[in-house]
Amino acid sequence: MTNTAISELTVSAQSLTRSYGANRAVRDVSLELRRGEVLGLLGPNGAGKTTTMQMLTGNLAPSSGQVRICGIDLIDRPIQAKSRIGYLPEVPPLYKELKVDEYLRLAGRLHKVKKPALQQAVERARQRCGLSDMGKRLIGSLSKGYQQRVGIAQAIIHDPDVIILDEPTIGLDPNQIREIRTLIRDLGRDHSVILSTHILPEVEAVCDRVQILHRGEVVFYDTIGGLKQFRGGQALQIGLRNPPPREDIARAADGAEVEAINANLFRVRPNGGDPTEALVRASVERGWGLYQLQPALASLEEVFVQLTQKEEDGPGANTSVESAS
Amino acid sequence: MIRTIIGKELRSLFTSPLAWVVLAFLQIILGWIFLTRVDYFLTVQAQLARVPNAPGLTEIVVVPLFGIASIVLLMSVPLLTMRLVAEERRNQTMTLLISAPLSMTQIVLGKYFATVIFLALVGGLIVLMGLSLLPGGKLDAGLIATNLVGLLLLTGSFAAIGLFVSCLTTHPVVAAVGTLAAFLVLWLINIATSDPASPLHLLSLLKHFESFINGSIAVTDLIYFVLLIAVFLILSIRRLDADRLRA
Repeated sequence: MTNTAISELTVSAQSLTRSYGANRAVRDVSLELRRGEVLGLLGPNGAGKTTTMQMLTGNLAPSSGQVRICGIDLIDRPIQAKSRIGYLPEVPPLYKELKVDEYLRLAGRLHKVKKPALQQAVERARQRCGLSDMGKRLIGSLSKGYQQRVGIAQAIIHDPDVIILDEPTIGLDPNQIREIRTLIRDLGRDHSVILSTHILPEVEAVCDRVQILHRGEVVFYDTIGGLKQFRGGQALQIGLRNPPPREDIARAADGAEVEAINANLFRVRPNGGDPTEALVRASVERGWGLYQLQPALASLEEVFVQLTQKEEDGPGANTSVESAS
Repeated sequence: MIRTIIGKELRSLFTSPLAWVVLAFLQIILGWIFLTRVDYFLTVQAQLARVPNAPGLTEIVVVPLFGIASIVLLMSVPLLTMRLVAEERRNQTMTLLISAPLSMTQIVLGKYFATVIFLALVGGLIVLMGLSLLPGGKLDAGLIATNLVGLLLLTGSFAAIGLFVSCLTTHPVVAAVGTLAAFLVLWLINIATSDPASPLHLLSLLKHFESFINGSIAVTDLIYFVLLIAVFLILSIRRLDADRLRA
C-alpha cells in the first residue's frame, strides 16, 4: 500500500434515505471514510444501523441518496463496487453443511479470488481469525463464537478495501471479544472498517470515528477525540467539605445546573462558559472546603442517553418507539 | 462465476439426503417398470414378429420409462427446487451471494442449471437402462433421443417454475406445495378442458410433451418450452431484484 493511498476516500455515502411505506427507517445519513480508519456506528436497537449497512453493501437499494465505494457508484456499477467490499451481516451467512475450508473457498471464489491464490487466501483468513485448526470442521458443529469468526473470515478473504461488520462481537465471550477487537484494529490499519455495535466501550476501544444513530438519523458524527471532548466539555465534578445549599453553588457558577452525587460531591453542568475559576474563588471566600475539582467525564452511556433523548424532546417525541436507555 | 454457483448448489444438493432419496426412489420405480416391460416384450415377441410395422423394443420398453419418469419428476422436482431460494432466505445465507460481485442473473442461472444438471442425470440413467438391452436386440436411437430431449425440456420447465415459486417465499414447504399446485394445473389443464378447440390446450405441459414421446419434434413444442423456461427465469430475476428494492 503506497503512501498516497493512505488518505484515499474509500466510502462516501450521501444523504441515504430508506423508507418502508410511510415509515422512514433511515433518514439522510451521510458518512465518509478513508483508508486506515475504523468507523463505529452506534445506536440503540432499531436505530437504523443494519439498514444503513445493508445500503452500503448493496443488499438494499436506498430510496434516495448515493453510495460510492472507492469512487465507484454502487448503484450504477454494483459488481465493481461490491468486489471491494467484505460484509458480515448480523446473522453470519454460513452454510452449516460445509466445512470451514470449503466454505471459505466458496466465499473466495464468489469474490473472484484467482485459483492459484485461493488456498493462500483461505489460510491467511483462517489464521487472522484464529481458525487455524478448524479447517476440517463442519461449520454446523462449531460454537457460536467460532461461527462468528468464520463469518469475519468470509468478509476478509478477498482482501477488500472496505470491511463492513454488523455487530461482530455479539455472542462472544470476553476473551474472544478482545481477540476480535485486536483483529479489527489490525484490519483498520490498511483497510477501512465500518462496524456497528450497541456496546459503547467497544467504540472507544477500536474506532477512529463515531457516528451515533437514533431513529434513523445521525445525532453525532465526529472523531473519537471529538467524542471525548464532547464528554469532557460537559461537566465538572467538585468535592466540598462544608457544602452549601445547591442553589449557592449554582449561583456561583453562573447559573449552572448542579446535581448532588453524594453529600460532598457535586456535578456541575455549566450553561456556557467555564465556571472553574468562579467556583474556586467562591469556595475560598465562603469557606466551602474545596478538596476536589475535576472535569467529570460523562460516561459514554451518559453521552449516549443525552444524545438520543434530546431527540425525544423534539418533534418525534410522541411517536412511541423503544426508549434509548 | 455461474460455474461457482452451480458447483455450490450441486454440492449442497448432494450433501443433503434429499437428492439421494429422490434418485433412489426414481430408480426403484423405473427399474421395476423396466423389468415388467421387458417381461411383457418377451411374451408378445413371437406375435409381434408376424405383424407388419409392429412396435419394437424401444417403443415397448424404453418409451414408457420416459413417461413414468415425467410423472415421478413432476412429484419430486418441487422437493428439489423448494430450497433453492426459500431456504437461503430462511437461513439468511442469500446475503453472501448478494454481497458478492455477482449479478442477479448469474445467481438465478447458476441455481437453475444446477437443478437441470441433476435432472439430466435422471435422463441419463434411463438412457443407460435402455442401452443395457443392446446385447439382446436393436434400439431406435432417434426415438430415444427425442424422448430424452422432451424429458429435459419438460423437467427444465418444471425447474424454472419451481425456482420462481421458491423466490416468492421464505418457507421451503410453502414453495414445494405451491410448485406442485402450479404443475398440476399446467398438467391437467387439457384434461379439464372439454372443448377440443379451446386455446387452453396450448398451455398444457402434457400436450406438448406427448409429441416428443411419439418421436417427433415440432417447432411449436420447442418454442413453448423455451418460452416457458425463459419467462420463469426472467420472473425469478426480477423478483429477487425487487427484494432489494422493497425488502
